[in-house]
Amino acid sequence: MGQWDKLASNRRARLARGRALGRGKCVSAEQATALLEAVIEPGDRVCIEGDNQKQADFLARCLVAVDVSRVHGLHMVQSVLALPEHLEVFERGIARRLDFSFSGPQGARLARLVQEGRIEIGAIHTYLELFGRYFIDLTPRVALVAATSADRDGNLYTGPNTEDTPAIVEATAFKSGVVVAQVNELVERVPRVDIPGDWVDFVVPSPAPHYLEPLFTRDPAHISEIQVLMAMMVIRGIYAEYGVNRLNHGIGFDTAAVELLLPTYAEDLGLKGRIGRHWAMNPHPTIIPAIESGFVESIHCFGSELGMEAYVAARPDVFFTGPDGSLRSNRAFCQAAGHYACDLFIGSTLQIDLEGNSSTATLDRITGFGGAPNMGADARGRRHASPAWLRAGEEARAGAAMPRGRKLVVQMAETFREHMQPAFVARLDAWQLMERIGAALPPVMIYGDDVTHIVTEEGIANLLRCRNDEERAEAIRGVAGFTPVGRARSRAAVENLRDRGVIRRPEDLGIDKRDATRDLLAARSMKDLVRWSGGLYDPPKRFRNW
Amino acid sequence: MEHLQFDFPGDPAAPAPHPHGPGYVLVGVVSSGNLEVLLEPATPGGGCRVRVDTAVAGYGAVWRAVLAEFCARHRLRDLTISINDMGATPAVVSLRLDQAFEELERGAAR
Repeated sequence: MGQWDKLASNRRARLARGRALGRGKCVSAEQATALLEAVIEPGDRVCIEGDNQKQADFLARCLVAVDVSRVHGLHMVQSVLALPEHLEVFERGIARRLDFSFSGPQGARLARLVQEGRIEIGAIHTYLELFGRYFIDLTPRVALVAATSADRDGNLYTGPNTEDTPAIVEATAFKSGVVVAQVNELVERVPRVDIPGDWVDFVVPSPAPHYLEPLFTRDPAHISEIQVLMAMMVIRGIYAEYGVNRLNHGIGFDTAAVELLLPTYAEDLGLKGRIGRHWAMNPHPTIIPAIESGFVESIHCFGSELGMEAYVAARPDVFFTGPDGSLRSNRAFCQAAGHYACDLFIGSTLQIDLEGNSSTATLDRITGFGGAPNMGADARGRRHASPAWLRAGEEARAGAAMPRGRKLVVQMAETFREHMQPAFVARLDAWQLMERIGAALPPVMIYGDDVTHIVTEEGIANLLRCRNDEERAEAIRGVAGFTPVGRARSRAAVENLRDRGVIRRPEDLGIDKRDATRDLLAARSMKDLVRWSGGLYDPPKRFRNW
Repeated sequence: MEHLQFDFPGDPAAPAPHPHGPGYVLVGVVSSGNLEVLLEPATPGGGCRVRVDTAVAGYGAVWRAVLAEFCARHRLRDLTISINDMGATPAVVSLRLDQAFEELERGAAR
């Protein structure tokens, strides 16, 4: 007879070593590094919870401090590389291999470590892909997670920032792994149970509350007139045109401008109740005016946003909230919702090629993907119909016998970024980055065959209505402005596409460019957002000038 | 700082500009990433002369392309265009030019 419980007996041995350091499940902050040395074994797959917003920062610091002779050769499997400690574990030789999803602020340093051969990258994933692999071949042996509070039985309260915790803990706890949670405080009774105590092995009260990044806050003061113009085109040429009611907005000033034009421009066009009713997105402060003016019926969130807690808690008809009154976010469910239950994704990008492939990778940075590829991809498994989805499908499949819908995937970009970097290029930097880091694929955020519309200050290119690759390339040149790619357009071909409605200029959409001013924004400052919220939104200090 | 000057042929079939009010059109402001555009009627029978003062040197070819396209698209003639630029992107330049043209049109319609 073979032995079938090696993982479980190994887990018992780890727990026994760990239990010696504390009382029951509770281990003090002073003993936290010793705890990690006790429960982590060389070569383990380890997940440090690091999301877009919430960070298990104290446990990350403890992991950097372990004795390398005891803990080494780790394989890190985690959503986000956001903190310097996430890379220090590689610099110190504690970890060797990395599978991840998004690296935002550490992108440049990561690229350097990969080129120096100090990190082996398994793959760069989307969030859902990585969560999927937690249940297939990348199950963590030890998970280091973060929560707001815990009781002595290990029940965790995550408050508004539940984010990735359920997915990580589920995969680890039910495959005989070890779950360690840092908590801001130990309490007698948690306000609600976000993670049941018998899935959690150790709780460590951290010396300071876990870090939260206000990643989705955009100050309306920095929204430009060009962004207002592009937002007008999006509302008129896409949201009104297709009747988009279920949608996801990516991060950035381009989409913040759309949010702030709903109560003004869209309302004037009589679109309230006809567009933008149901959302999968983080609680962006810039969506407050649209909520307050009655556009938005529901929002499910990937994570929370710093400062939005009290506002969200006061709007339970719109947001998903718990019996304690605060937001319940869940990245895995919201990603699934965004992929299957939304008719439109819209986001900003840095580079677009003539096939419509878009990428946020630049030469010296490995930024990863996060959730955009799942939001910004046609859901091939979708089977339910909606008017917007059917209309997009009809345009894409003109003449096909089998009716089928299509997700609207919109990329917004000004033709030139700062320092006159063209957004439209013949070849994405992603190709060079692939060679430099020895990846199997160029890191493409949204593939061209998933993109349906490209919006620039020059107009909208509707790629659904292009009949072949040449026409598609010409449609992209036709909105690429004065970039080298745009200047290589055939004037006659572009005029022909415009006659057919493939390319639409602001004037074709009935937009007077004189109206494209910041006066059209429902809020023009952080203070305006606070006023719209009735004083409930509490912006982080760095966004205040009062 | 760079000073540029371009001359584009006018379209003799196009209507001559008739700005309302003070006899010129001024849009935009001279601030970072922005620009000021002044349109003034010039001697009849001519084309468009454009003078650009820009804080960012080295983009003469892009200026030429943006301005040529603007003059051709709106079939302009008999116009002097003066631009004070503080590093605006081509997107902002085109928006200001179009806004200025729409102001000019409004004058002509009255």
